[in-house]
Amino acid sequence: MLGLNKKDTSLLIIVGILTLLAPFILNPFPSDSAMAQFNAGYPDLMQRFVIFGIFAIGFNILFGLTGYLSFGHAAFLGVGSYSAVWMFKLLSYNVIPAIALSVVVAGLFSLLIGFVSLRRSGIYFSILTLAFAQMSFALAYSVLSNPKFNLTNGETGLQVYADDPQILQGANAPDLPHLFGLPMRATYTLDVGAWSFDFNAGYYLCAVVMMVVFYLAIRIFRSPFGMMLRAVKSNQQRMNYTGLNSKPYTLAAFVISGMYAGLAGGLMAAMDPLAGAERMQWTASGEVVLMTILGGTGTLIGPVLGAGFIKYFENIFSKINDNVLHSWFAFLPDGLEDAVVFLIHPFIGKGWHLTLGILFMLVVIYLPGGLVEGGQRLMKWFKRKKSGTDDAPSGKTEPAE
Amino acid sequence: MTNKSVTRRGVLKSGAVAGTGLALPTIFTASSAAAYTNEPTGSSVTLGFNVPQTGPYAEEGNDELLAQQLAVEHLNGEGDGGCLNTFSSKALQGNGILGKKVEFVTGDTQTKSDAARASAKSMIEKDGAVMINGGSSSGVAVAVQGLCQEAGVIFMAGLTHANDTTGKDKKANGFRHFFNAYMSGAALAPVLAAEMGNERRAYHLTADYNWGWTQEESIVASTEALGWETVNTVKTPLASTDFSSYIAPVLNSGADVLVLNHYGGNMVNSLTNAIQFGLLDKVANGKDFKIVVPLYSELMAAGAGENIKGVLGSMNWNWQLQDEGTKAFVKSFGEKYGKPPSNSAQTCYAQTLLYADACERAGTFNPCGVVEALEDFEFDGLGNGPTWYRGADHQCFKDVLVVRGNENPTNAYDTLEIVEITPRAQVEYDPEHPMFAGGELGQCNPGA
Repeated sequence: MLGLNKKDTSLLIIVGILTLLAPFILNPFPSDSAMAQFNAGYPDLMQRFVIFGIFAIGFNILFGLTGYLSFGHAAFLGVGSYSAVWMFKLLSYNVIPAIALSVVVAGLFSLLIGFVSLRRSGIYFSILTLAFAQMSFALAYSVLSNPKFNLTNGETGLQVYADDPQILQGANAPDLPHLFGLPMRATYTLDVGAWSFDFNAGYYLCAVVMMVVFYLAIRIFRSPFGMMLRAVKSNQQRMNYTGLNSKPYTLAAFVISGMYAGLAGGLMAAMDPLAGAERMQWTASGEVVLMTILGGTGTLIGPVLGAGFIKYFENIFSKINDNVLHSWFAFLPDGLEDAVVFLIHPFIGKGWHLTLGILFMLVVIYLPGGLVEGGQRLMKWFKRKKSGTDDAPSGKTEPAE
Repeated sequence: MTNKSVTRRGVLKSGAVAGTGLALPTIFTASSAAAYTNEPTGSSVTLGFNVPQTGPYAEEGNDELLAQQLAVEHLNGEGDGGCLNTFSSKALQGNGILGKKVEFVTGDTQTKSDAARASAKSMIEKDGAVMINGGSSSGVAVAVQGLCQEAGVIFMAGLTHANDTTGKDKKANGFRHFFNAYMSGAALAPVLAAEMGNERRAYHLTADYNWGWTQEESIVASTEALGWETVNTVKTPLASTDFSSYIAPVLNSGADVLVLNHYGGNMVNSLTNAIQFGLLDKVANGKDFKIVVPLYSELMAAGAGENIKGVLGSMNWNWQLQDEGTKAFVKSFGEKYGKPPSNSAQTCYAQTLLYADACERAGTFNPCGVVEALEDFEFDGLGNGPTWYRGADHQCFKDVLVVRGNENPTNAYDTLEIVEITPRAQVEYDPEHPMFAGGELGQCNPGA
């Protein structure tokens, strides 16, 4: 289907179903139960899952295929966000021009940075991109936000004010980001017994966009162009000696992944019309590297899983506090309850970084292929178990001889 | 193999059906029938405490969180009641708010606008919070305030000192109890004149971001009104940890006062550098060299240790004040946590009580009712003396403290001594003052 082979088609369909049904899948617990703390099916987090999924998919096109580790991808995300908010300020709250401009601007910006940075490879490339990203951050944070020329509004973040021109804003158009009148914030809540599920317009816009770019990524992975990129990863020198100029390929990959990042940034601003400079900081660039590695570098679905994993920890674990713990363990005798809470305390709330770090280490050490490898191993294990029972109905393992 | 193709078809079919089924309701969305965002329907009401738990202001955030928890206890009638006994409004009964038990959720702002908004959004969308309180940075405060305005909940700002929060970025759903840079300047100026005279030459080092600029602007304006001269204003990158290269030129600039428009770790480092260069022992223009830190906090004072001795600055509140409200708050905070509260903790505590009281007086949690109850509300007994929540910009007006690093601290907590309590009239300004102009409060937004 759509020029994909069978395996890729089923992958695309599975991802499609998962994203469409996310409001159900992410809200498995009744909303007033103690476990509701672990529900992730509220609009903001679902939007973040897919937006960072897009960001990581794009990053993976560069890092997973060519092996060029960019440490400055957050710069493109930030540039995308700023362009989108400027569109809101100048034109209207309709998200289409905003998202379009964010992709274009991020593309141009990545062309510029890529052209310079790709003159080097390996660690030097990483450092160059990191330097550019930190420069962009500093520019956005203070230089470009001085009162005389205020492009980014600095620390406060760029936002839409009532006295902005908004020349295309209709008289009765919603006063927040919308898609031809459908506000991104609009949420339909479905109550089924004790459960409640949120269906958010902004989330579904992001989900549709993610499906499109995920499909694009599959096509890139399977194309001759993708093969060239893999060749760059396996041995660029040999490629050059055969007379091929690899630079246009790497630059194209860099720009494509920059545009993915810009798209993610534009969507982020469309969901929440504020662009802050922190989006460009090196920690944000590092985060997308973590997402990709955690999920599985060079795999199609890995980066999306990694993005979901990290965002889940950031938003769910950081919100568990001692009070919540006490309510969970209230059934234990007093002394024991305090002891258990004391033991868990360092890993929740402000300690979410610690939990994430430990899990990241475990994944990298035991599952070098990321979560995808974990999934594959599980599948294999199940298959072996299944075939094992089929082969040995006696329930006894016989020696080979 | 046949097995596989069958599942694929099944998957396709069910996927398509489920997809259309799901897409349909979202096309015709309209929000639910509630009168306002997160109208509490059960026996409890949820408040969101959004403070930095990681990052440079984590310590301050944790102090805020402790104070907020204390406030919830007092609202629910647990503990000794704290400031409920001294608060001039007697609407709060200690039975929660409007008879509903107060519950709270916490989040980590990481002192980043994005993270703070994500955390606040999850409180609003997932936990059903009707009010967001806390924070320790003006950038975060402005970002979260904007979000609360859009979402239709009330924002009670924590520590935010930039003029913009209630200036050009003010919002109808947002309220600031903390003082601001303009007030710091207005409060400090007379003390500076009295201590250092009217013929000083000041050199500013300013953290290069929004708060730094508004503070520099405010201090320059109020000191130049005294007759001081501003020799130079130098912006320092926020991420700097070593300020030696910025301090060295001060010595030869002909200045005799150094103003550090820095906060948190920046201030601790720049002050330490300045002391290491021996600035305080120098004599310039025939006068003793002085250092001024316009915005102080207890945690910064603790961080700078010995170096703050004799250095002047301003504060919103200090636990050493002797009014009834302060005594009640310090007593219950101290008994529960074994240390005196910081001024950011006091702001968050007061903001929580003020919100609860406004709901109680308005008889509803509807943000528009709360806004109406808080606007131009006059109160006393929360530790800052008689206070006025101005309706025009949602800024609190109260006395401002001028403090000095204590020369002989007797314990770990009295590192600062109160030099003067600047009366409220002296720090008031017109809502259309040029440093605050340009914003628009807009209409209160109840969401839904």
